[in-house]
Amino acid sequence: MRPSPARLLNILVPVKRAVDYAVKIRVNPQQTGIDANVKHSMNPFDEIAVEEAVRLRERLKGAVTSITALSIGPPKSLDTLRTALAMGADRAVHVALPDGAPAPEPLAVARTLRAVIARHNDAAAAPADRIDLVVLGKQAIDDDLGVTGQMLAGLLGWGQATCASRLEVDVAAGEALVTREIDGGAEELRCRLPLVVTTDLRLNEPRYASLPNIMKAKKKPVETLSPADLGVDYTPQLETLKVAEPPVRVGGGKVANVDELIAKLKEAGITAA
Amino acid sequence: MGRFHGRSTTVLKPKTTQEVSEILKWCNERCIGVVPQGGNTGLVGGSVPVDNEVILSLANLNKVRSFDPVSGILVADAGCILQMLTDYVAPHNHIMPIDLGAKGSCQIGGNVATNAGGLRLLRYGSLHGTVLGLEVVLPDGKILDQLTTLRKDNTGYDIKQLFIGAEGTLGVITGVSILTPPAPQASNNVILALPSFDNVLPLYQTVKRQLSEILSAFEFIDRTAYDLAVKHGQGRALSDEDVEGAECFVLVETSGGRREHDEEKLNDLLELLLTADKPLVNTGVMAQSPAQFSSLWALREGVTEAVSKEGKAYKYDISVPLSSFKEVVDNTREHLLSKGLLHDKAVKFVLGYGHVGDGNLHLNIVADSYLPEIEEALEPYIYEVVSSHRGSISAEHGIGAMKTHALPYSKSAISIELMKKIKEVFDPHGIMNPGKVLE
Ligand SMILES: Cc1cc2nc3c(=O)[nH]c(=O)nc-3n(C[C@H](O)[C@H](O)[C@H](O)COP(=O)(O)OP(=O)(O)OC[C@H]3O[C@@H](n4cnc5c(N)ncnc54)[C@H](O)[C@@H]3O)c2cc1C
Repeated sequence: MRPSPARLLNILVPVKRAVDYAVKIRVNPQQTGIDANVKHSMNPFDEIAVEEAVRLRERLKGAVTSITALSIGPPKSLDTLRTALAMGADRAVHVALPDGAPAPEPLAVARTLRAVIARHNDAAAAPADRIDLVVLGKQAIDDDLGVTGQMLAGLLGWGQATCASRLEVDVAAGEALVTREIDGGAEELRCRLPLVVTTDLRLNEPRYASLPNIMKAKKKPVETLSPADLGVDYTPQLETLKVAEPPVRVGGGKVANVDELIAKLKEAGITAA
Repeated sequence: MGRFHGRSTTVLKPKTTQEVSEILKWCNERCIGVVPQGGNTGLVGGSVPVDNEVILSLANLNKVRSFDPVSGILVADAGCILQMLTDYVAPHNHIMPIDLGAKGSCQIGGNVATNAGGLRLLRYGSLHGTVLGLEVVLPDGKILDQLTTLRKDNTGYDIKQLFIGAEGTLGVITGVSILTPPAPQASNNVILALPSFDNVLPLYQTVKRQLSEILSAFEFIDRTAYDLAVKHGQGRALSDEDVEGAECFVLVETSGGRREHDEEKLNDLLELLLTADKPLVNTGVMAQSPAQFSSLWALREGVTEAVSKEGKAYKYDISVPLSSFKEVVDNTREHLLSKGLLHDKAVKFVLGYGHVGDGNLHLNIVADSYLPEIEEALEPYIYEVVSSHRGSISAEHGIGAMKTHALPYSKSAISIELMKKIKEVFDPHGIMNPGKVLE
């Protein structure tokens, strides 16, 4: 009989197309949002998630059978998916929104992910084909909400390990060992699969996409779905009242000596206790 | 760079052109030498006094005078830092026609005084073309106002050209009028790994043909330079797999008006390169985000810094025919080896990188410490090599204090004689940056 690993891992990596962090953000004149006509790229935490999934496969060899990247967004999200594919994902799912549609809220994103996982796992011929690990960014740098992973774990009833700075998976044992960044140190968690992991900055440094892989990525399959296909409603539940720039910081001044400093402090009403 | 130390006791920091004029007048009457100093980033010791000259720092002459967003013409004080000007024109969708690794410290006046080349020369040409006018204080204190903003002005001798690249030996530049091009709407870059240097030239031809007007940089880094940049943390390294078997690397940058158009061209090029029967490249990587874009550039721009972290560097910035880049680097290494100078305690690395598009090779020799034997082995050896190729012994860094003795390798006796006459006309008392450019 052909020896086969007791279990196999299928990984889902959701990736968001976000305004690039190097871009200077400008609020639109109507104060309803930001100027979106700027350079976008993959949310850096998601890039780390893709990298981690690819590294898991490099470490675990045949035990990782597939890495699926998923993005919800306008047609240009395809670029973000191509990047994920060029980095090493095998296939992509694009939940397409029209240009200019508001970005879905975290709960809607989590529901979408649950629906995609359910679709996939219901169709799985064998347990080995099921998605049992989701790796995603701990937050997106555009809205900084940082709750999608937690909501997803809640909806699925799976374990969650957030803000991971190290991830080890023992596929045969169906377990993962996750180091999390917490205030003042690190925490180690032993988790059971299936599992939702969110990534922190120190987890890894994402690779460049190599040219041969960029070429190969063009031929990898991308499935396009609509929110309706998945039965998810994107009607916003939150109302944005106003978007404004932070008040301009007023520069400090230089003092010539300690006496002047003390005088200034007193002026500002600061006294020694 | 720790090789030149001044003994000057006085630094003057005038705030206005008028103050510069009064300083020069005073010094001229008393025959006191003056060294104009910009950001002090020059690589040939031009801004360092050779004796006890007065240092005239332009740092406080740092205001933008005007910017016309329609024509893109910027008029600024000479002491404005290049990065500051870049940031100034950015919201108006323009960029400076010049960009170099020292942009955070160097001043536009210093750039003009050295006729700096840099990373955008391939696309936007040299400062001799982009500088439209200058305001210069002459050694006797007279203010030469040629700060025009005209694109065309064929009215006699173009005197301002003389100050571009004069390295402060003819007068002090106080104001610069410069044409800034519209900012490209999209930029991309790739680093290509080449199995052999022989492929650089055919690659350059192919890239030029395929990318034509969107090609904005074609930079060469040999394997030693790349390894040093990585060793000293300049930008994220490529994977081991990608660099395996690479003898050198080329960084290609595109800048254009429409992202989709540029990407299509770039993709066609890459596909062509990868599917060719005899591929010119092993592989390569393409930036997927502005962060990676900067990181790829850092591998190239960081070579200078990596070299100074690694040891004491002898830097030669030469123009030689493209086809001889590798030969020049290899022969220099061989030459040092034959002199028994290639080991831990003498020369550690010989490396080459530079602007292929401009025929400009940076040949660096990294030593454990500056030693007379090394210098003797390198000079006049390198100058003779350059001369045999009819090249230039200083492609973009100038002559400064460091290369005056070598000027004859690039300039004929007649040329040097004319230069001396010109110097005499502008600066009869010889107060401007004495000991620089001309011996
Ligand atoms: C990391 C790094 C990267 C570099 N890359 C490049 C490159 O790619 N291409 C290139 O061409 N060069 C490059 N250079 C060298 C380049 O020549 C200088 O960095 C720059 O142009 C000098 O500007 P500065 O303001 O620092 O001038 P300084 O170093 O202060 O002065 C340089 C010379 O100009 C004179 N000078 C300065 N200001 C004035 C003025 N207002 N009027 C008259 N004379 C003046 C000085 O007397 C001196 O002779 C690089 C340097 C560094 C450190």
